[in-house]
Amino acid sequence: MNWQNLQTKLAGEGYIASSELAMALHIALGLERPILLEGNAGVGKTEIAKTLADIHDTELIRLQCYEGLDASAAIYEWNYQRQLLSIRAMAERTGEREGDSSKAIDDIETRIFSADYLMERPLLRAIQQEKPPVLLIDEIDRADEEFEAYLLEILSDFQVTIPEMGTITATSKPIVLLTSNGTRDLSDALRRRCIYNFVPYPDRTTELAILRARCPAVEPALAAQIVSFVQSLRKEDLEKKPGIAETLDWAAALGGLGVNDIAVDPIALKSSLVCLLKTEADQAAIPSEVAQRLAGKAG
Amino acid sequence: MAVTRFLTRASIAERVNDFNRHLRVHGVRAGIPETQSSLEALQLVDAGNPNEVRLALKAIFASDVESFSRFDELFAAFWFNAGKQRHDRTPTQNHSDQKNNLINLSQKSSEPSADGSGSIDTPDNDNDGETESSGDGKLIATQVTNRNTADMRKFILSEDEARAAETARRIANAIRYRRSRRRKAACKGEGLDMRRIMRKSVATGGEPLRLLRRRRPNRPVHLVSILDVSGSMQLYARIFLSFVKGLIGNDQRTDAFLFHTSLMCVSDALRDNDTLRAVNRLSIMARGFGGGTKIGASLRTFNNQYASRTVGRKTVIIIMSDGYDTGDAQGVGEALARLKRRGCKIIWLNPLLGWKNYAPVAASMAAALPYVDCFAPCNTLSSLAAIEGELQRL
Repeated sequence: MNWQNLQTKLAGEGYIASSELAMALHIALGLERPILLEGNAGVGKTEIAKTLADIHDTELIRLQCYEGLDASAAIYEWNYQRQLLSIRAMAERTGEREGDSSKAIDDIETRIFSADYLMERPLLRAIQQEKPPVLLIDEIDRADEEFEAYLLEILSDFQVTIPEMGTITATSKPIVLLTSNGTRDLSDALRRRCIYNFVPYPDRTTELAILRARCPAVEPALAAQIVSFVQSLRKEDLEKKPGIAETLDWAAALGGLGVNDIAVDPIALKSSLVCLLKTEADQAAIPSEVAQRLAGKAG
Repeated sequence: MAVTRFLTRASIAERVNDFNRHLRVHGVRAGIPETQSSLEALQLVDAGNPNEVRLALKAIFASDVESFSRFDELFAAFWFNAGKQRHDRTPTQNHSDQKNNLINLSQKSSEPSADGSGSIDTPDNDNDGETESSGDGKLIATQVTNRNTADMRKFILSEDEARAAETARRIANAIRYRRSRRRKAACKGEGLDMRRIMRKSVATGGEPLRLLRRRRPNRPVHLVSILDVSGSMQLYARIFLSFVKGLIGNDQRTDAFLFHTSLMCVSDALRDNDTLRAVNRLSIMARGFGGGTKIGASLRTFNNQYASRTVGRKTVIIIMSDGYDTGDAQGVGEALARLKRRGCKIIWLNPLLGWKNYAPVAASMAAALPYVDCFAPCNTLSSLAAIEGELQRL
């Protein structure tokens, strides 16, 4: 499969990828390396993982990162309740039999620290699948540096070390995607292990193609208007620029309102702008007149 | 575009290796693993198609936003330099050649297209305002680098030293620890450590007799102090140097830098227990001490050479400078923005802030302010001591 094929396949699933992104994915898949996607919120970084999972007809395992995320929430955790019950049960049984107690303790230990008592968290689950899944590590920049260090072992060797059990190596290598919104710089060690791609806001033609693919119900003329409006809105001085996700929301909202031409109905335009402008300051920055001017240009 | 004519005997591997070196020269982090994976990647694409090769190499070599956006230009400069590369040169010599090409390229692109004869930087109005303000010579940053070796003993050995060091110690303690969000095993704490409880209860037949706990520990903060020792700061240099020495002397997780027109790392010199030897080492390093100031360039050097090693989320950077700069102000803002992206806290101590009616209008200072978490005066020792509470809040 070459990279144009991949691009076409992605498009077939409704994801319009730039040639840079398609090539980066192609190489990441070919070299079995993780891919790091950076870019503003709402440009489709998470969506690409879902699409890839669809293409490969495999499971999508998602790990949402947050500050304070640690190994027990991301990799594995022992099932303590079961372990406790099991120890009690076994202790009572050996008590009845009056057997060799030290041997019994060894037995208990090997049993309660076996795979049966291990609760898999996303990362461990991802490397233990029959069929390689897509592993999405979302917003890695929110996790702290210690967690990045945990990831290094998994991302380069695809293995997890559990002190009580030993090292678990991957049964199949997952397709790993990391996304980052750039709230902080990632460590060089992590970057080095990944294929990198920066996902920008799409240009006019690409965005139109995305809108067509995702909302086929929208009239072509309205779609062109919507895209032009959003494109010029991104040039305004906003705190949070609208991403593609917002464009699609807005298109759906306009469809729901029964609007066919955004320049005609200023009230509907203003009220539907809540889909695009997500902070109070931004809403104040685009008053009705400015919105109409942009809509007029878009028309 | 004309394709670069390479040595005919150079293999693809050698060319890619040269390209790698070309990227490194231009500040893109690339090493042997990248060369290796780019050769593997080239097998996955049509290596005869320049566009595919560009996309493939971009995926491998770009590692952040900056290198991602610059890559196309660097690629074109190396592979399409219009046949300027000569056959009889060794690859190392070629780099300067390519660098020049790149400079030419950027100059060409930055040149205005048609009207080159527009007004230049000189303002139209007569600048009598400037002559008035230049009367206060002490505060104007000097352009010339002071070539003399400054004797640091003049600056460091005084009765204030002990006080400055004591203040430094207290300030260092105030910002030393930051609460972590991850938990760690501990004797006392708010959460139970189930993993260890399980382990211990095996011995007592499944009865969790000992309840072990875990809590969120305080993790040490890494302190980095960057001290301006240019002419305009000469008055305060003595106190600040003692202050920095106090910070450094406290523990190993601190670093200190001095800058005037360039930046240097003085952590080791200040950590020297023999004060006299430390001062001598500093004197040798501080050639040009008391000269002009280039804040932007110095901070950029810091970003490029030291930041990746020393600055992370748990870092507090203390910059001590009056903000008078002979470099461009925009550079200061950009450098601080890049620094800030690493997730550190930035404290700017400005001696002038203690003055009456001082407003941070110096261009560099104004450019820096948006990125500064704490902006405080430090013209006297007592004002230094006063910021302790402020720092604790950070």
